[in-house]
Amino acid sequence: MRDRHLCFLIGETGRNPNAAAQLAPQPSVRGGSHSQPAPLLFFLVPSPSESSKASRTQRAAAMASPDAEQPAPTEPARWRDLDMLLSRPGNLVEASFDPSPTLRDLLGSLVEVLVVGAGGLGCELLKDLALSGFKKLHVIDMDTIDVSNLNRQFLFRVQDVGKSKAEVAAKRVMERVSGVNIVPHFCRIEDKELEFYSQFHIIVLGLDSIEARSYINSVACGFLEYDSNDNPLPETVKPMVDGGTEGFKGHARVIIPGTTPCFECNIWLFPPQVKFPLCTLAETPRTAAHCIEYAHLIKWDEVHSGKPFDADDAEHMQWIYSEALKRAELFGISGVTYSLTQGVVKNIIPAIASTNAIISAACALEAFKLISGCSKSVSNYLTYNGLEGTHIKVTDFVRDKDCLVCGPGTLIELDTSSTLAEFIKMLEEHPKLRISKASVTHEGNNLYMQSPEVLEQMTRPNLSVPMFELLKGVPCATVHATGMAENNGKKVSSLRKLRVAFKGVEASNMDTTESS
Amino acid sequence: MINLFKIKGQKKEEAASAAGKAPVKKQSAGELRLHKDISELNLPKTTSISFPNGKDDLMNFEIIIRPDEGYYMGGTFVFTFQVSPSYPHEPPKVKCKTKVYHPNIDLEGNVCLNILREDWKPVLNINTVIYGLNLLFTQPNDEDPLNHEAAVVLRDNPKMFEANVKRAMAGGYVGQHYFPRCA
Ligand SMILES: [Zn+2]
Repeated sequence: MRDRHLCFLIGETGRNPNAAAQLAPQPSVRGGSHSQPAPLLFFLVPSPSESSKASRTQRAAAMASPDAEQPAPTEPARWRDLDMLLSRPGNLVEASFDPSPTLRDLLGSLVEVLVVGAGGLGCELLKDLALSGFKKLHVIDMDTIDVSNLNRQFLFRVQDVGKSKAEVAAKRVMERVSGVNIVPHFCRIEDKELEFYSQFHIIVLGLDSIEARSYINSVACGFLEYDSNDNPLPETVKPMVDGGTEGFKGHARVIIPGTTPCFECNIWLFPPQVKFPLCTLAETPRTAAHCIEYAHLIKWDEVHSGKPFDADDAEHMQWIYSEALKRAELFGISGVTYSLTQGVVKNIIPAIASTNAIISAACALEAFKLISGCSKSVSNYLTYNGLEGTHIKVTDFVRDKDCLVCGPGTLIELDTSSTLAEFIKMLEEHPKLRISKASVTHEGNNLYMQSPEVLEQMTRPNLSVPMFELLKGVPCATVHATGMAENNGKKVSSLRKLRVAFKGVEASNMDTTESS
Repeated sequence: MINLFKIKGQKKEEAASAAGKAPVKKQSAGELRLHKDISELNLPKTTSISFPNGKDDLMNFEIIIRPDEGYYMGGTFVFTFQVSPSYPHEPPKVKCKTKVYHPNIDLEGNVCLNILREDWKPVLNINTVIYGLNLLFTQPNDEDPLNHEAAVVLRDNPKMFEANVKRAMAGGYVGQHYFPRCA
């Protein structure tokens, strides 16, 4: 996950335009989509026994100011609205839904939820999930609190600046919502082993980068296994709810690996970030942003011979600002300010607290529905736009059946004695694959590369080694092969996911989960 | 989808089989796509590739171009490629390691090639970029300058530009800038 510090001024800031919501993209939409009725969002917040207008206002005030004293409502009353959702049958419930007053207890005592990110969206998510009956939560974030976060990351106070977001957020929500346990993880998402992620029943994402989403998606989809008919095995499905906001826009989507599109299936929803041509920056700057990018991308290296630029170093930022200002004066361009400099360099666009609240509410509701089955899930991508009126739209995106991350791949059975060379031969002969000249990779180990020559030489010795040995003796594993495959009589380059299973090797439950 | 009662039943099995597991490295979709790009590289005869970190790090590599025509014939130019896990969503980061007198490459090694920035599309690949870099040496372009002085000389006095390129590649000064030998 990319470093996401926001260490600067007060000002409404959030990061990375790429990261979040793209507005209701149109292509490859299948059929109609059903929206969730918005009022449901509001039922979810447990209310005290008297649901008079006055007490609601009080409750809102208490939430807005967690430091205020507020007697904890008595348990049954507190969860009354939630219990209604869980104990009544209906026409819109999931087929598996079995209404019962004990569901809330199960929800609280059994379901482990991971919230990824404790920033603007993460703070909201933790609060919403805790108030929706989830009691076993974990939160992971590598960031520390910056003064500029305080305007919207409402769990944090001035005295928290510099502390771990995950730790402070967990503590605050536990103080406010009795009976909830939140375990904070102050680290990078990549620092955790797969075992850590496997313990959760659902993962809720409040992230602002494509990279981090893509990573969590690959982890969650990595647990997915298929049966021999390429149907996902329900017990290996690790659902995700992904939220993202960008200014007045946001999205909430439900990813059920093997059933709905995964993040990678629709990665094209996130267009590459707009980049200015370097020569425009060097020769013909026309805007304040051009001047700032010139100082950032060209001038810095010219002057600092190899010293890397650190966007979180205030001195570095000040230097970029003053250089950009000089450049702007030279070309008669106005508008370079310190905060614009930060905005351009760190790719910041304004973050709106209410967008976070709306998207988080939608995400928490989806998590609640996925787990309880008390209503059908959104299918499968909700976009919200609070600009020029308010628009909410749900789009039913379709899976990429050949997705390398969530697709079933092709099952190949091998003897433990089969060598890599024999395996490559099998790929050529396999009726579903017919991949010639395959290069093979496994979890970042390049087992064999047909090209370029340097890599072919380095990997050639593997050809005579049994696959069982190359895959470190696991009963089954996912490998990827690249090569020329036949498609409608034409040879096209392709990249395929393969499930390799070794004949006669016992696969225990967890091992298969792990290596697929 | 996920049924609470199912979760309840699952609980026991999980506890039973939570034995020690070796951490598994996750391969990003970007790495896989890069693996495909690299295994399908079709290098022009002017170009070679090397992997300073060995066969399992494809995300960092070097491209060496030895132009066989044009102003830069006889020179050897090294480019470093840094590919992020978000590839091909993000273009590779390419820098020229060899100090070169060139209108579209500045003295810090920044390269002005449209497909590396404003015109990058995920359908492009490493081959396209290598092709583009080769083009820079056969067709330096005075219209998109990063090295302004070199661009002006190329436009106004191609003969002098040719002489300057030769001097720089042989190791010497062009104007105030010293260029180490790369021919
Ligand atoms: Zn997918």
